[in-house]
Amino acid sequence: MADKISFDLVSPEQLLLSEEADMVTIPGSEGEMGVMAGHEAVITTLRPGFITVTGGKDNQRFIVFGGFAEVTQTKVTVLAEEAIPASDLDARIATVTESLAKTATEAEKGAIQAQLDTLAHLRQHI
Amino acid sequence: MASLKALRNRIASVTATRKITKAQQMVAVSKLRRAKAANEAARPYAQKMKAVISGMAAGMKNNPGGPKLLTGTGKDNRQLLVVCTSDRGLCGGFNTNIVRFARLKIEELKAAGKQVEILCVGRKGRDQLKRLYADLIIDTVEFTGVRYLSFANADAIGKRLLAMFDEGKFDVATLIYARFKSVMTQTPTALRLIPAAIEDGDAAPSQVYEYEPDENEVLAELLPKNISVQIFSALLENVAGEFGAKMTAMDGATRNAGEMIGKLTLIYNRTRQSKITNELIEIISGAEAL
Repeated sequence: MADKISFDLVSPEQLLLSEEADMVTIPGSEGEMGVMAGHEAVITTLRPGFITVTGGKDNQRFIVFGGFAEVTQTKVTVLAEEAIPASDLDARIATVTESLAKTATEAEKGAIQAQLDTLAHLRQHI
Repeated sequence: MASLKALRNRIASVTATRKITKAQQMVAVSKLRRAKAANEAARPYAQKMKAVISGMAAGMKNNPGGPKLLTGTGKDNRQLLVVCTSDRGLCGGFNTNIVRFARLKIEELKAAGKQVEILCVGRKGRDQLKRLYADLIIDTVEFTGVRYLSFANADAIGKRLLAMFDEGKFDVATLIYARFKSVMTQTPTALRLIPAAIEDGDAAPSQVYEYEPDENEVLAELLPKNISVQIFSALLENVAGEFGAKMTAMDGATRNAGEMIGKLTLIYNRTRQSKITNELIEIISGAEAL
């Protein structure tokens, strides 16, 4: 059994998760990355997608919306612009849909619609 | 000597004041706890961000083609000060201290022949700076309706700074806020945002990284984000400081009100007693005269 890799998921507002895991999958902007202990040191930007933590206390999935990740041999740190547990996705879609109905200006509507599209896309892959 | 009725009214009014300051203090205590927790929760992100940027910036330092956010425009004629204060008063000298610090900074820059502009974050700071530098204030951002400060609030300010920077409206941006040291002390601090302030101490990269997509793109994405993050952590420090100062100020006010009530009650009782004595003397001497 290979060594574990320590994983931190932080957003500007809080530390979401900090634990030891066997493997962490992160959605790098150049493609998904499965990171295990002994990985090459990398700094990568992220695109919206899933983070899967395998072999931690329990297998967890998170959704991140952009940000970046720092990988070293022993540690993965994901600095997400925004991150939510995957189970909260439906609730999130509901709130975003609601805010779409409330906004008046076209520019804001476009931004929220784009956000909603991303969420819907992620929903299909859950 | 004040009449008994007047004294009674004063005692009632000071008691009411004490109730209010006591309540304010309790509110401040619980809000301070939350603000401190938020501040601590946000710290790992800001620290990590800083570490990564410092590491990358060290490699970029002598590269004139590097991003402007890091190297600056090469001039420092036009200075933008972002002065962060609170939106509410009743927090002792908290806002005044920040404003005084900002004023010194402004005068210093003016004396050096620089052109200064001010962006106020928080209503109290604007109110105080308006008296002296009304023509320098370009705008004010208020969070009066915001219950819990979120990253989006800070991001909005950050985006705005970036837009202004891109339009070439200023060369150097400095953030002024109060660093939360303890409940009793908050130190006004200036932090340079643009060009990014890199401390030499942690400039040495501890590890060689590979970058995806590539170094420039990562840096181009990180630098703007860093500005928002710095603003966010400054705002959180400010909020914690505000409630710390408010707690101390309201604690003092409650104690003063208590003392005042004690004194007034003593005067009231003395007055009442002497009045009774007087009446007795009148009755007794009246009876003796008969």
